[in-house]
Amino acid sequence: MNSNQATISPAVEVDAVSHRYGAHEALRGLSLSIEPGEVFALLGPNGSGKTTLFRLISTLARVQSGRVSVFGNSVATATAQVRRSLGIVFQSPSLDGKLTVLENIRCQAALYGLTGSAMSTRIDEVASQIGIADRLQSKVEDLSGGLKRRVELAKGILHRPRLLLMDEPSTGLDPASRLDVWHAIKELQQVSGVTVLFTTHLLEEADKADRIAILHQGSTVAVGRPRDLRQELGEQVLTISSSAQNIVLAWLVEKGVQAQTVDEQIRVVGAQAVNLVAPLATEFGAQIQSITLGQPSLEDVFIARTGHRFWLVENRNNSEPKKRSRR
Amino acid sequence: MPTIDAIEHDSNKLAADGSEFSTLDASPNSLSVVLMLAWREWIRFFRQRNRVIGALGQPILFWLLFGTGMHAAFRGGDQNFMTFYLPGTVALILLFTAIFTTISIIEDRREGFLQSVLVAPVSRWTIAAGKIIGGAAIAWLQACIFLGLAVGTRSIPLDGALFGALVLMAISALSLTALGVFFAWPMESTQGFHAIMNLVLMPLWLLSGAFFPIPQPGAESPIGQWVMHWIMRCNPLSYTIGGLRTMMSVESTSSQFWSPSLLASWLVSLLFLGVTLVAAWWMVLRPAKGDLK
Repeated sequence: MNSNQATISPAVEVDAVSHRYGAHEALRGLSLSIEPGEVFALLGPNGSGKTTLFRLISTLARVQSGRVSVFGNSVATATAQVRRSLGIVFQSPSLDGKLTVLENIRCQAALYGLTGSAMSTRIDEVASQIGIADRLQSKVEDLSGGLKRRVELAKGILHRPRLLLMDEPSTGLDPASRLDVWHAIKELQQVSGVTVLFTTHLLEEADKADRIAILHQGSTVAVGRPRDLRQELGEQVLTISSSAQNIVLAWLVEKGVQAQTVDEQIRVVGAQAVNLVAPLATEFGAQIQSITLGQPSLEDVFIARTGHRFWLVENRNNSEPKKRSRR
Repeated sequence: MPTIDAIEHDSNKLAADGSEFSTLDASPNSLSVVLMLAWREWIRFFRQRNRVIGALGQPILFWLLFGTGMHAAFRGGDQNFMTFYLPGTVALILLFTAIFTTISIIEDRREGFLQSVLVAPVSRWTIAAGKIIGGAAIAWLQACIFLGLAVGTRSIPLDGALFGALVLMAISALSLTALGVFFAWPMESTQGFHAIMNLVLMPLWLLSGAFFPIPQPGAESPIGQWVMHWIMRCNPLSYTIGGLRTMMSVESTSSQFWSPSLLASWLVSLLFLGVTLVAAWWMVLRPAKGDLK
């Protein structure tokens, strides 16, 4: 890759990528561009295709159709260059519990060509940066989930990757550890300017990214800054759960309100929403189970683009039998 | 979405400040990677005491129990069973340790370690080489400890030919570990590997002349003797056992039994090593279902 390419190439470019596991189509002509220095989230319920996309970018799975490139290098034809520029934190832990933290990091160092004093210096730097300097001699199997995640992160950034890929970085972590890992990622971005791409099914986590892509059934349904996506929906969102859903809906239509039923909830989006709370409470009283008014969330964005609630899709996909992973 | 100007500004900053933003860009040295993976096998093995005890203890126990129990029933010409069974015990230690070491491939896959190696900028053959060298070194060391015990108890004489036995043991350790890698690589469960072990690896050992001599059928021998003779004669491990038996000075002089010449033992053992290494290399290069887990 020449210097011009380095200047103008996106950190990640995904162009019309499709991917199948047998009869199941995991990605459907997906396109995406991530700029250098961004923290970018791939948000989607389980089964939306984000892990497949992660596998393609990380060179773990072969691209079947379309093109994926990292800093201008195709993952299909310049795999070694791509791998050198990637730091990867998998969803499942990749640490050897029988080894110490230091031994695990040394293994990673050898895999990326770091040896001797350069390796030792870099390990010290990373250990301080990630906050594990005092645990280097601990056996990994004795560490807490949050600390293990930090060690994973240390492994991921050890060779100063230009792109850090993280698959569900908060999986299995308690809220405090999640926050901990997130602070480490943000600090990493600010201090070293690394591009961060992570997948998540947690709406609040995606909200912290500079930009997000919302995936649904193997396609992007929205790409942009979280705030911009939310603002596109308007100022307020009113959500009503009622035992008399049809009657409430008919009443709203009669009043000239544009209401939508989404997965057993009535939703009203826009400035008019705030004026409906009191009349609804007066008119239907005990028939209203819940009524919420708030700023649009990323779930509202998801609903607006797909017609489904995020968590219902997530739960439905979780309850479906898992497809066998195949190349 | 950053503007083009902003992106170019950031990217220029990247280029200008390479030490902060770009990779360290050191190409991994294949030998370093192989040695690191082998070293990891070594560390893992010796930190799991039950593995050490299992791999060394069981063959020794077998040797003592079978050696004592089979003593009266064994008709091995001029030998008692403990002496006859000694090279077979060495082969069993090599086999058991190779199996336990290569099972770790399945564990590495399940625990996610292998995935992080597969996305590193290293060739897949380095992964196989690391496993094979690490596993074989462990197997060889354990077999050497047993051999030391055998010499210490004067079960075999201490002479220069033992050096050749050590080399042949190393070749056998490498080939059995490579064979283990070949079987373990596509496996997703340790149960599946145990099935292969029972179906392929244990019969490989049992039909090698380790546990009972290879019959030398005559003109009037039943067909079963001929079949057994040729199955055992085609088994590459028979040549390793035969070579070890010669170099440990415990070979039988009985004409009832077949044993390979020392030259044939070396040649077949080296050929077997070559075949198993190629097989392991070929298997590791193929994408496995478990790569994506």
